[in-house]
Amino acid sequence: MVAAQLRSQAQYRTSFAIDVVGSVLFGVLDIASVLVLFRVVPTLGGFGFAEVFLMAALAVTAFAAADLAVGNVERLRVYVRSGLLDAVLVRPLGVLVQLTALDIAPRRVGRLVFGIAMVVIAVGHAHVRLTPHSVALLVITPVAGAAIFGAVFVATATVAFWWIESGEIANGLTYGGLNFTQHPITIYGEALRRLFAYAVGFAFVAYYPTLRLLDRADPLGGPVFLAYAGPLVAGVATAVAALLWRIGVRHYRSTGS
Amino acid sequence: MTLIEARGLRRDFAITSKAGWLRRRTRVVTAVDAIDLTIERGEMVGYIGPNGAGKSTTLKMLTGILSPSGGSVRVCGLEPVPQRTQLARQIGVLFGHRSQLWWDLPLAESFALLRHVYGVRESDHAARLARARRLLELDAFLDVPVRQLSLGQRMRGELTAALLHGPHVLFLDEPTIGLDIVSKQAVRAFLTTLGATGDTTIVLTTHDLADIERLCRRLIVIDQGRIVHDGSLEQLHARHGSRRRLVVDLDEPLAMPLALPGAIIESVQADGRRITYALDGNVTSTGEILRRLTEVAALRDISVLEPAIEDVIARLYLRRSSDPVHDAAV
Amino acid sequence: MAIGPRMIRAYLALAAAGFRRYATYRQATFAAAATNSVFGFLRCAVVFAVVDAGARIVAGYDRAQLATFVWVGQGLIGTVLIWAPPDFADRIRSGDVVTDLLRPVDPVWHLLAIDLGRAAHSMATRFVIPIAVGALFFRLQTPRRPGTYVFFALSLLMATIVCFGCRFLVNAAAYWLLDARGPHIGWTLASGFLGGLYFPLWFFPDAAAAALIVGTPFPSIIQLPLDVLVERGSPADQLVLLTIQASWVVIMLALCRFVQRRGEEKLVVQGG
Repeated sequence: MVAAQLRSQAQYRTSFAIDVVGSVLFGVLDIASVLVLFRVVPTLGGFGFAEVFLMAALAVTAFAAADLAVGNVERLRVYVRSGLLDAVLVRPLGVLVQLTALDIAPRRVGRLVFGIAMVVIAVGHAHVRLTPHSVALLVITPVAGAAIFGAVFVATATVAFWWIESGEIANGLTYGGLNFTQHPITIYGEALRRLFAYAVGFAFVAYYPTLRLLDRADPLGGPVFLAYAGPLVAGVATAVAALLWRIGVRHYRSTGS
Repeated sequence: MTLIEARGLRRDFAITSKAGWLRRRTRVVTAVDAIDLTIERGEMVGYIGPNGAGKSTTLKMLTGILSPSGGSVRVCGLEPVPQRTQLARQIGVLFGHRSQLWWDLPLAESFALLRHVYGVRESDHAARLARARRLLELDAFLDVPVRQLSLGQRMRGELTAALLHGPHVLFLDEPTIGLDIVSKQAVRAFLTTLGATGDTTIVLTTHDLADIERLCRRLIVIDQGRIVHDGSLEQLHARHGSRRRLVVDLDEPLAMPLALPGAIIESVQADGRRITYALDGNVTSTGEILRRLTEVAALRDISVLEPAIEDVIARLYLRRSSDPVHDAAV
Repeated sequence: MAIGPRMIRAYLALAAAGFRRYATYRQATFAAAATNSVFGFLRCAVVFAVVDAGARIVAGYDRAQLATFVWVGQGLIGTVLIWAPPDFADRIRSGDVVTDLLRPVDPVWHLLAIDLGRAAHSMATRFVIPIAVGALFFRLQTPRRPGTYVFFALSLLMATIVCFGCRFLVNAAAYWLLDARGPHIGWTLASGFLGGLYFPLWFFPDAAAAALIVGTPFPSIIQLPLDVLVERGSPADQLVLLTIQASWVVIMLALCRFVQRRGEEKLVVQGG
């Protein structure tokens, strides 16, 4: 009986705890599923444990940051289906801003913190020389990566304006993207690389920057400056996503629900 | 044959509320306070009361989804809670705001599924379905998925579904709530027809006064967990001294409004040209009053107003009866 | 609880309803199958990288077996249905579950029948599409022994039931927990990581993998059916896996009924 009142307060705290623990666990298992592979083989796509660890850590951090910023955009589907979007459209504030407005879910913050911790550990493990140059790259890379992921989130959510049932495909591209970026792109076939690594830009989230940070030449023969192309790619991706978004909203407004 | 029998049926709830920062206070609320019920086969009973009176709680105990805190209850000879699954075959239940149909399937498929779930004979099922289709006009939307039906259509479907297995007792919790007038009338007509056969016992809770008037031969009123009336609507009126009203329009106002035995002057309007009398049916009649009036005045128009059911019910709901148990024996 | 011929007919009718219901979700089904196919390509790349970097055989699998593992695994996801909307939990929370209690069928069997109908429908879509795509672009291993087909069919059926059991329990937590996020997160993590979805469990140390397979229901959902299919070991080994799965079927169903009974009691005694 005593538990009842404590229960309601505790339930909020328990939810909070579950959220944080859950998100950290997700992150742990995410990275672990990449690293477990090294139990059975010494290299993956020509890269060793320390190198892949850094790639995975950078990818996870970029993803978590994007999730924190615009993760809520996936709710667009729910809004469109339930008709709530109409209410949102009437308000003067931008639709995208309203959808993603300040939802600092502890889950998402937990994942970001975890990601950053992993990057720190991976940097130490790989003995990356910490110069102003490398530190700058370490900071810019997840930011640019987050922008790329964010653009993918928004773009895939936009499809909901035309096709309500697109949820599954959107999930595939976003979580598939996370999975893609955690591994060195050398393991992927030509077609997959062209599509995801270059066209969508996933290779710039972790792969190329990691090459630079570890002073490794690209087995695929890519030039060194690609490591710094992240922000540029992010800019293009963001522009494309914004355009898609505008078109989507206009389409929705003109056709009704 | 007695189908529903409850003796001293009680249900308590423990409500916890905050009292300060960490402390909590628990109080016990008696939602149903030792009520007795006897319902015979073929009856059409309205079980009404203000919000929070204990209607739904009683219904839940009768159907077996809520266990009583005290007292005994038997429905169709079975104890509802321990023998819930068995009882489910004998009763039909319709909750106004819950659905027992399968959401994504067309209505017709829900009916077909229910036949299998309850193990109903094909011929019986077909006959019942045909009757429902005719009386409730289901054909227009039999093939529409349930989630696309309007509330009125869905309720007619639910009503059909509740009866397909030929239950002995039909429990209805607010069946006409939120329906448009046409659907309400269809549902009422259907229930009246059903009740007329005498095969199905109907127990319904409602706030709709028209439902009460048209469907309930017997009215059980519950308030704060206790039964405050158990009898017919006429008995309710009689008990609470409901009066008919007689409104007379006169050509010329009388110098003094006529005072008559058994008739209270409720109001005088239009400079004395319109008088409203409230009659005590035991003492006098409208005929008597009209005869006396025509002796002294020229009548232009009359109208007779039946006692408003709202007033009786409202008064009943507001009343704090001191001895409700005895009153129920009317 | 009596299961006579009448009840069998009832459950068959429910299964048919489940089948028909999912047949109406055409768009979503194909979208999901398409996504599974994309993931098939990604995962294949990863496992091939592993096999190419090591010996020809990794953790007891060769290249073709690993490809089969990945693609049939993607087909399994939609068939056993690892991720489903928490319909039952919503019904419990809203109180609509009382209508289920007022029917003369046990809620667990009722939902299981519908789920099996759904799985039967998925066989034609979410199961075959990724496998067809995989077979088109990669060399998959078809069973060398005819008995494997029978074994796999049985294994698939049992995997579906075990997965149903897990999902049911996650939903049934709603009887006690206001917020179902904990069990849901736990299930998503466990089914993926501990079930063999991300990588064959034999990438783990042998002892750990064996402990998971025997001691938890998750591998029975993905790992074991796939191991049966790629004929990992002898027919006797396949039978051992089937036995483990069968045990988990019994355990999960018993657990579901137990939890449902407790949940009903709580609902009936405490009130809604």
